[in-house]
Amino acid sequence: MKSVLALVVLVALVTLVLATGARARIAHADTLVDVRARGELRLAADIQGGEPYVYEDEKTPGKLVGFEVDIADAIAKRLGVRAKFVQVDWSNLVPSLERSDCDVILNGLEATPDRRERILLSRAYFVYQEILAVPKASAATSLDDLRGKRVGTLNQSYAFLLLRDRPLETVLYEGVQEPYADLESGRLDGVLLESIIANRYGCGLAKVRCVEREVARGTYVVGLRKGDDALKRAIDDAIGAMIADGELRAILERWKLWDAIQRDLTSVAAPDASASPEPPIAPRTLDRAQIVLFLEGALVTLGLTCGAFAIAMPLGLLLAIARLYGGAIGRVVAATYVEVFRGTPVLLQLYILYYGLAPFIRLGPMSAAILGLGLNYAAYEAEVHRGALLAVPRGQAEAASALGLTRAQTLRHVLLPQSFRHALPAVTNDFVALLKDSSLVSVITVVELTKRMTIAAVEVRGWFVPGLLCAALYFVMSFPLARLSRRLEKRLHRDPNPRPL
Amino acid sequence: MIRIRGLSKSFGAHGVLHGIDADVEAGTIVAIVGPSGCGKSTLLRCVNALESFDAGTIEVNGIALTPSASDAATLQRLRAAVGMVFQEFHLFPHLTVLENLTLAPRIVLKRSEAQATERALELLKQVGLGDRAAAYPAQLSGGQKQRVAIARALAQPLEVLLLDEPTSALDPEMREEVRDVLRSIAAESKLTMILVTHEMRFATELAHELWVMDAGKIVERGAPKEILGSPKSDVAKEFFGRRSE
Repeated sequence: MKSVLALVVLVALVTLVLATGARARIAHADTLVDVRARGELRLAADIQGGEPYVYEDEKTPGKLVGFEVDIADAIAKRLGVRAKFVQVDWSNLVPSLERSDCDVILNGLEATPDRRERILLSRAYFVYQEILAVPKASAATSLDDLRGKRVGTLNQSYAFLLLRDRPLETVLYEGVQEPYADLESGRLDGVLLESIIANRYGCGLAKVRCVEREVARGTYVVGLRKGDDALKRAIDDAIGAMIADGELRAILERWKLWDAIQRDLTSVAAPDASASPEPPIAPRTLDRAQIVLFLEGALVTLGLTCGAFAIAMPLGLLLAIARLYGGAIGRVVAATYVEVFRGTPVLLQLYILYYGLAPFIRLGPMSAAILGLGLNYAAYEAEVHRGALLAVPRGQAEAASALGLTRAQTLRHVLLPQSFRHALPAVTNDFVALLKDSSLVSVITVVELTKRMTIAAVEVRGWFVPGLLCAALYFVMSFPLARLSRRLEKRLHRDPNPRPL
Repeated sequence: MIRIRGLSKSFGAHGVLHGIDADVEAGTIVAIVGPSGCGKSTLLRCVNALESFDAGTIEVNGIALTPSASDAATLQRLRAAVGMVFQEFHLFPHLTVLENLTLAPRIVLKRSEAQATERALELLKQVGLGDRAAAYPAQLSGGQKQRVAIARALAQPLEVLLLDEPTSALDPEMREEVRDVLRSIAAESKLTMILVTHEMRFATELAHELWVMDAGKIVERGAPKEILGSPKSDVAKEFFGRRSE
């Protein structure tokens, strides 16, 4: 137990050192000097955000296009440098900026109060509306009509902040297309996202209606590190000049993004003034309510893992038996199952199960998650049990045959009780692995422990405490299990003189 | 009785048995000897269908085995009548001594727990292990394990007992306790027995008939004392000459 404590302390220390190290790197000379010297402005963006922001040209793969690419080029030109995009996951844009992976962020970054507190924001280059999409049959015209209903949005978006404190169930997505797919298939009652996304991906769908009146209005801005005031001034001036001489309008028109509300761009010329259109949202602390949410997340993780394992164990055993004793057909079927489920990413399997099969069977997120992980892990359990069965000496089956036991009786009374002993350490191992792999199901909107941590990290504006809490909860769940398994192993061995432990 | 006709078997290109013809009368004890790799263990394993064979027939108390795979019912009838003791014991390590003995009677013969236990305890007493019923195999010595394995085979209503080098895996000081058990079984039961062994003295003492095998064939057969006294085949000459040194 002492060594475990020491390990936890060590991990905490290393994390702390890394965290402060990252902070320390922020405070160097103004980035504008570096940018000019390099002749290159590095901008962070996520290509996955898709059309029309920053995405890969269909005709020439590798070439980036999008209205933000044009804006970036224009800004860079006015600074006398080239623009270069750096790929960063959208939800990690701000941490990545703080780590100096890039000079600025330019990728649909909404000007929100908590961002304004953490980093510098330029003046706006685009005005967006938050648009509510509902099923065509629905009579809802505002968020108030969706009380207690399921409303989807993107993780870490401004829309999420708007939904967070409302009496409805917020469902979080990583991609822009999936929430509308779920709206069409009836899994959601509404989707709240920015006008660009809503217009491109949602409003045109046959079963979807977009509410005309905007829910809120906001702006996209360039994000900069604190202390880069000179660079911020240069970019503000560049955007100001682009607005004044019509270049920005020309770019937005080229991308069919220009509308009347873009006239707001001139009025929000002074970005640091508190003229921001969005309601102020106070930062949160990691309070009791948050901790309860964490515990709920842990419970979801545990339920998910147990449920999935309850599928994986018997199915895996069945596959192992089929592969060893199932004749030609059983062998081929089981081997194919194992190779397919083991050879393709579980993330892809979850997508297919949840989105791909939605037109035929509509599984809830939790059942799809349990089934998906269960089917995937069954392939691994099959191999564990196959190996364990092969590890039982051949003489055991021969002795059973010689006593007149049928093959099924031999399996049940002689081979399996012994192979379980061989399999137990590997099975425990897989259970603990599954406990952590279960975080993958956040892609199909299940909010489990890891997802809860990433949400909390945004809300309290820091990774450290949520990260530690999350790690501690995983540990609390997996450690007793390892102990339990060790005891079970000993009991199964029934050896009065086990090897010294 | 056991009737073997034209029995041949090969592992791939390597022939192991070449047209064996042999009979074992009911109640007879046959010992098979011969150099390593002569096919004596394979022959034994063919008799209770642990090995398949390529040509010929084996008939055990009216149950006929052919080169094609036998059906489950035939196998079950065969194995109820034919017991086997292995060189390496093959006790079930996850079961107690008692459970090792009652498993097959309960599952295969559908005996009640009480019935099977009663018979098992009787057999354990017979092999001198009446006090070790609750032990696990890992707690027993090699000689004790083999005596349990013999008792386990006898828990079936046997007519034929096959013994595949039952003392070879044992330390010399433990062999005698196993030989004692086999002597008493031979004396008290009417079982037909086939014993594969390297122990010439024990084979001569126990068996009514001795088969000498070499390269997949029975090269000499007859009363043990006669063969030992005046071996005719080269193998027997060399074998017994070397053994008696």
